[in-house]
Amino acid sequence: MKNFYWLVKREFWEHRGSFLWAPIITGGVMLVLTLMSIITAEVFRSRSGMHVNGIDFNAITAHMGADALNTVGSALDISILAPGILIGMVLFVVVFFYCLGSLYDDRRDRSILFWKSLPLSDRDTVLSKAFCATVLAPAIAIIASVVTGLLILILMALTASLHGANLWQMLWTLPHPFHVTAAMLSVIPLYVVWALPTVGWLMLCSAWARNKPFLWALIIPVGSGIVVTWFNLMGLFDLDNKWFWGNVVGRALFSVFPGGWIPGQFANEAGSKFGHAATDNHQIFAGMLDLSHNYAVIASPQFLIGAAAGVAMLAGAIWFRRWRDDS
Amino acid sequence: MSAVITASGLSKRYKSSLALDNVSFQIAPGRIVGLIGPNGAGKTTALKAILGLTDFTGELNVLGFDPRKQRDKLMGEVCFIADVAVLPRWIRVHEVVDFVANVHPRFDRKKCEAFLARTKLTPGQRVRQMSKGMIVQLHLALVMAIDAKLLILDEPTLGLDILYRKQFYQNLLEDYFDENKTIIVTTHQVEEVEHILTDLMFIRDGRIVLDADMDAIGERFIEVMVNADKADAARALKPIDERQVFGKSIFLFDGVERAQLEALGETRRPSVSDLFVATMKGTYT
Repeated sequence: MKNFYWLVKREFWEHRGSFLWAPIITGGVMLVLTLMSIITAEVFRSRSGMHVNGIDFNAITAHMGADALNTVGSALDISILAPGILIGMVLFVVVFFYCLGSLYDDRRDRSILFWKSLPLSDRDTVLSKAFCATVLAPAIAIIASVVTGLLILILMALTASLHGANLWQMLWTLPHPFHVTAAMLSVIPLYVVWALPTVGWLMLCSAWARNKPFLWALIIPVGSGIVVTWFNLMGLFDLDNKWFWGNVVGRALFSVFPGGWIPGQFANEAGSKFGHAATDNHQIFAGMLDLSHNYAVIASPQFLIGAAAGVAMLAGAIWFRRWRDDS
Repeated sequence: MSAVITASGLSKRYKSSLALDNVSFQIAPGRIVGLIGPNGAGKTTALKAILGLTDFTGELNVLGFDPRKQRDKLMGEVCFIADVAVLPRWIRVHEVVDFVANVHPRFDRKKCEAFLARTKLTPGQRVRQMSKGMIVQLHLALVMAIDAKLLILDEPTLGLDILYRKQFYQNLLEDYFDENKTIIVTTHQVEEVEHILTDLMFIRDGRIVLDADMDAIGERFIEVMVNADKADAARALKPIDERQVFGKSIFLFDGVERAQLEALGETRRPSVSDLFVATMKGTYT
């Protein structure tokens, strides 16, 4: 356990820039942009001579129906989620390239000879790297998203209160901000398992490739997708190529994208119980934030088979890490 | 005491060549063994096999472990420095000391810090900011603070200037080596290690061509400086090497009676590098 802790710490030292600073800087940029747009809005408003003074928010909320209140709540949710989406994209890039380099870079610069001179097993080394990709980096990214989202909300509330509107009450009385935060944190375990096929595939390439792991990681799934599509076009056998691209190529390369299971879920539901209701914004938001709804994906075959494939590929990565002899 | 390393019938084939060809040897504790051979002779492969970094066929026992199956346990007892530039370039001095201190049960942090205090290294310095000489100082400080039974050095001083090279071996002898430790070293700078070696192993084309301790080598190989008039008599005794210096011939003999040679001229113990050159004749042709 102690070894594992230090192995993770070692990864964090090496990748502090991408694990810690990338999400913080992205969040900071979002904050600055928000601030700039607020200032712009204020400047334009004062130039045009419009004054919106003394809006009594309590009076408004009192007159709002449940529906309207819900809409405001969703708007607040979006402002918390928005940084999450951008930081999520950054996280995707970070985790993707981290996995690709994780078992390759030290072979290239031969520092693997130093790591292998320590009494650490190859299994622990590989697992510590997988842990960083699936738990450590996403957790930091989510915390950064939540903090940025809350800061943006506070900024908006401050601006509103400058104009006499009291959004504070809205912030603390509606359950939304906490609900969103809790929902984002609660999907980490789901993310870990969902990301396994991509993490496993990239780390397998990283441990196996003698050079250019990026190219191999891309060429093999994309190439096989093209072959399947071609066979399909030729009508040689009937393998659903859409299914192949989505469930094999897509899962091998893009599962580290946070919330990757959500589109599939809605596609399923659109066809079944919700009908077109699922296209309704409220429903989508409610679904994204609903714990049981998110966790429903666990039961789906693509989730379970993907996880099993990911674990198998990680085992392959451990084997290659042990026996690849080219340094 | 039982042997530190016992190898029998060790073979390793790479795609096109045989890197180790049915090699057998034993290394006893408390020895400093020089493993010396031309480029591509199989030195590094042999060391990798001992360290569990490569697969091979045959039997190999290192400190009671099978390096193929128990590499991580073995590494608790073995240290190695594989040439100079293998410390990760991003790591800082205090980070690497912290890391090794926490994952290596035999690491003595105080000892390491004492070694580091003798160098110009600072805790916040990254490996990428160091010269080659400084990197090897850091690596040596880490390794010397580990109470390991076996230390393996693969070209540890490659590319260092002479000050660092001298200091490296001096530190190793004065502050590290004792009768419970064993050191295996490969190097091309034979002159620098020959006075510290207790045993010599020559390897050529994947085979051990000489495996003896230094005393035995002094008995077996004798160099004689012969005047021109006795040169033919010397040649009759089948020397393994002959060279000319200042009008005299220097002959190297393998296993010829010392008394017989003393009659020909002044005898002395050959240097390891002369012995090496004579043994490896024709390797590259």
